[in-house]
Amino acid sequence: MHIIETRNLTKRFNSLTAVDNLSLQIEEGEIFGLLGPNGAGKTTTLMMLTTLIPPTSGTAIINGFDIVKAPDQVRKSIGIVFQDPSSDETLTGYENLKLHGLLYDMDNELREQRIQEVLTLVELTERQHDAVKKYSGGMRRRLELARGLMHHPKILFLDEPTLGLDPQTRGHIWVYVRKLAVEEHITIIITTHYMDEADRLCDRLAIVDQGKIVALGPPEKLKKDLGGDIIRLRGKNGQFEELRGLDFVKAVRSREGDVYITVKDASIHLQEVLNRVGKVDSVEVRPLTLEDVFLHYTGRAIRDGSPEGGWAEKAMHAGRR
Amino acid sequence: MGRKSDARGEEVTVSDLKGIYALWYREVKVFQRERSRVVSSIINPLLWLLIIGGGLGSVLSFGGVNYQSFIYPGVLVQAALFSAVFFGVYIVWDKKIDFLKEVLVSPMSRTSIFIGKILGGSTDTLLQSFILLIVGYLFEATGILTGITFSLLSVALSIVFLVMTTIGLVSIGLIIGSQMESPEGFQLVVSFLIFPMFFLSGALFPIENLPGWLSPFVMFNPATYSVDGLRGTLVGLNRFSLGLDFLVITAFSVVMILIGTYAFRKMRL
Repeated sequence: MHIIETRNLTKRFNSLTAVDNLSLQIEEGEIFGLLGPNGAGKTTTLMMLTTLIPPTSGTAIINGFDIVKAPDQVRKSIGIVFQDPSSDETLTGYENLKLHGLLYDMDNELREQRIQEVLTLVELTERQHDAVKKYSGGMRRRLELARGLMHHPKILFLDEPTLGLDPQTRGHIWVYVRKLAVEEHITIIITTHYMDEADRLCDRLAIVDQGKIVALGPPEKLKKDLGGDIIRLRGKNGQFEELRGLDFVKAVRSREGDVYITVKDASIHLQEVLNRVGKVDSVEVRPLTLEDVFLHYTGRAIRDGSPEGGWAEKAMHAGRR
Repeated sequence: MGRKSDARGEEVTVSDLKGIYALWYREVKVFQRERSRVVSSIINPLLWLLIIGGGLGSVLSFGGVNYQSFIYPGVLVQAALFSAVFFGVYIVWDKKIDFLKEVLVSPMSRTSIFIGKILGGSTDTLLQSFILLIVGYLFEATGILTGITFSLLSVALSIVFLVMTTIGLVSIGLIIGSQMESPEGFQLVVSFLIFPMFFLSGALFPIENLPGWLSPFVMFNPATYSVDGLRGTLVGLNRFSLGLDFLVITAFSVVMILIGTYAFRKMRL
């Protein structure tokens, strides 16, 4: 049995279809990512799965319970860390956790025990009696992670867990999430628009765009399916028809005097490529990223204006001409 | 849609009791830590009592009672009115800072959430009412106010009136708060409601011989009956029987609770 199964899950806001016939299965113990640009329908999907808004049509089964027919049971099975902070900053970290235990009708003894357990897990034991307004952004996120876990949920939803955090703190959060998955044996669903986050954290990904899944699978496989590396050659023109015929070459595009060649593995094939094209001004090699994967399936960059996105986007458009 | 949201458990179950306590606990903790709220909620009524009451009291008295003492029950209601209805703004803030989502996504029913909020808000407001009762007693004891009866019975009855009034008023604030998106919008709507409620309650003037056009507004105002009940209890000047006052206030609170429960079920984030 799948821990989560969505069946034609759909949400319309007037004329806008935010989530369009979403059907997917998530297995127990997975770290599953929903990757897509802002407005792709990730948060709406999460709001439906957590019973905060009802679907327009379709449904989802979570831990054996239907989100439409048994939302109370669903709510008991899940924990959530919202995109925006949702702890009370006037209260202390400890008090916020205590409130959570009360809201979930936990036994008093178990509650106190769990508060200390989860505080240890996110390393906030020392600061538990400080008001949350004195916490840093990363500490606050960790507190909310701890809170989401307190009542032993089967599934933990994390909505953009590292949004607005500095790179170091993001790294820490990733470590915690990994640790949680292992130590608490739970299924974790993450929404994110950060490629690196999806890549490093998730066992499996659904790339979503305009409410639909455009690609599904482990990050490595998603990248492998499209090739492995991109070679960029400067100072070369021409069509390089002879390269297209090679079995290790996945795609060749030229744009503004540069040529972009997608190959299975540049460490093996770079020499052969260079032999065939002759002298070039410079060579640049980088591994294929999820950005390229997203671009491939949607024709758009996830974050417009980011240097890498722009780089790859141009290559894509060139290839389409 | 309607049927779908009805699938949520709407009744208050035993498992929700701790959750109701949690919501109350949170309000009380926050109130404790924001002492400025307590102070400012006391200052304003005292300004009315001492300045308006003292100023007009030098020339005015009604039914043999000095004006200052006459408006003391009205000031109690005014203080409850302002702080109880404005409590609803916190639900708008909660939507913004997302604490509300944490509550809505818990297994608690919406009805229980509403009850927890009423308890929290009423505690804040009643605490302030108790302080004003104590201040009134001290004023009476030192001769600043005269003609107010502070007996065990009158204080107990006053508390009954204040509790029933507060519950209804907190509900109004929560109903408006559940429908509003921004704190500014909330304040605008609430101002349009509570100032007329205050001025038309007879808090500042006797309601026996009002002009014909004004009378219906005053009679239709639930706050009128709170003021009348409290004035009857504390000063001995009441137009209606205390029983009628109590009935009207109770009916008002029950209706507000019902509407509030409905509003919370339909509340969107």
